Amino acid sequence: MNEILLIVGMAVVTFAVRYLPLLMLGRFDLPISVTRALRYVAVAVLTAIAVPYMFYRDGVLSISHTNSYLVVGLAAVVIGFRSKNPSVTIIVGMALFVAYRFLLTALPV
Amino acid sequence: MMAGLMKMRRGTVTPYSQFVAGMRGVVPMAIGAIPFALIFGALAVSEGGLSIWATSGLSLFVFAGSAQFIAVNLLSQGTGLIPIVLTTLIVNMRHVLYSASLAPYMKHLPKRWLLPLSFWLTDETYATVINVWQDTNHDRSHQAWYHLGNAVAMYTNWNLWTLLGALFGSQLPNIEQWGMDFALVVTFISIVVPMLVTRPMLICALVAGGVSLVTYGMPHNLGLLIAATAAIAVGYSVETRLQPAAASRPVPDTGSQVWQLDQKHE
Repeated sequence: MNEILLIVGMAVVTFAVRYLPLLMLGRFDLPISVTRALRYVAVAVLTAIAVPYMFYRDGVLSISHTNSYLVVGLAAVVIGFRSKNPSVTIIVGMALFVAYRFLLTALPV
Repeated sequence: MMAGLMKMRRGTVTPYSQFVAGMRGVVPMAIGAIPFALIFGALAVSEGGLSIWATSGLSLFVFAGSAQFIAVNLLSQGTGLIPIVLTTLIVNMRHVLYSASLAPYMKHLPKRWLLPLSFWLTDETYATVINVWQDTNHDRSHQAWYHLGNAVAMYTNWNLWTLLGALFGSQLPNIEQWGMDFALVVTFISIVVPMLVTRPMLICALVAGGVSLVTYGMPHNLGLLIAATAAIAVGYSVETRLQPAAASRPVPDTGSQVWQLDQKHE
């Protein structure tokens, strides 16, 4: 594989989807309904990435206490609602994840 | 770019302070991205068979974490150039939504701002700067400096840790199985949960999660696009159903706060 072509090809398509909507839609006023609907983008996209990541392990649906991504992910949701502070959620969530993985290996259930 | 930045820094304090505030604002998300950059650097060399230069080149010139991961995975399966580029396009289609949603706020910016800020658009930067852009209490040029600081911090961080992963990944065997990728999950949770203060937002998240689980097996992450589109449509229609008056009011506003105020009026 030509590495330079790979980088150029991926760079061009990635920049296009990031830049062209901004360039074209910035030229006129979007309908109010569209700008209001676009406020749901962040929640919709990030949730649609994170949720399958928690529930599917190695391509298989895994609803089990041994799935640490799911168990600690749900705990992080609770922490997020309580703290409302991303730093706290990330740091406590990661610490819980390490502790839970350790518990799973130390105490096989 | 740097010359302009230095000039602004000398001329007035405020753009610089906004730039620093933007960097600070994204620190937790940047920390969450560190394991991903490390694993990407390590896997691109060991699994993807890329040189250290090409590995860093992807982070420097493409700068799209999930697409970079998928490209390495495809490379390890011997996939050709064209399918990899097309997959990159589909995986990154979500940026159309980000870019479109930023357009109303950034339309006043000249191209010398739009070009770098577009290039540096990521999930993390979008999710943190959109709240700032929607806040009408800020000066537009200050918001741009905040956005720039945020993006530069993510870019520098991603590239530094990519390089370290590429250089030293071989000394960290099976690094991808350490569970460090949980950092992505917890980062996204930390961003999304504080946004779930209204019923339409909560329903939007539930639809996104539910549909993404059902469409998980679809090729090229198409399920992500379907889930996100469905969730945006449902969230917005619930909003118009619950509150027809607000639906005709223009954004910018800090959506959630306006919603809460409106509820008190009713």
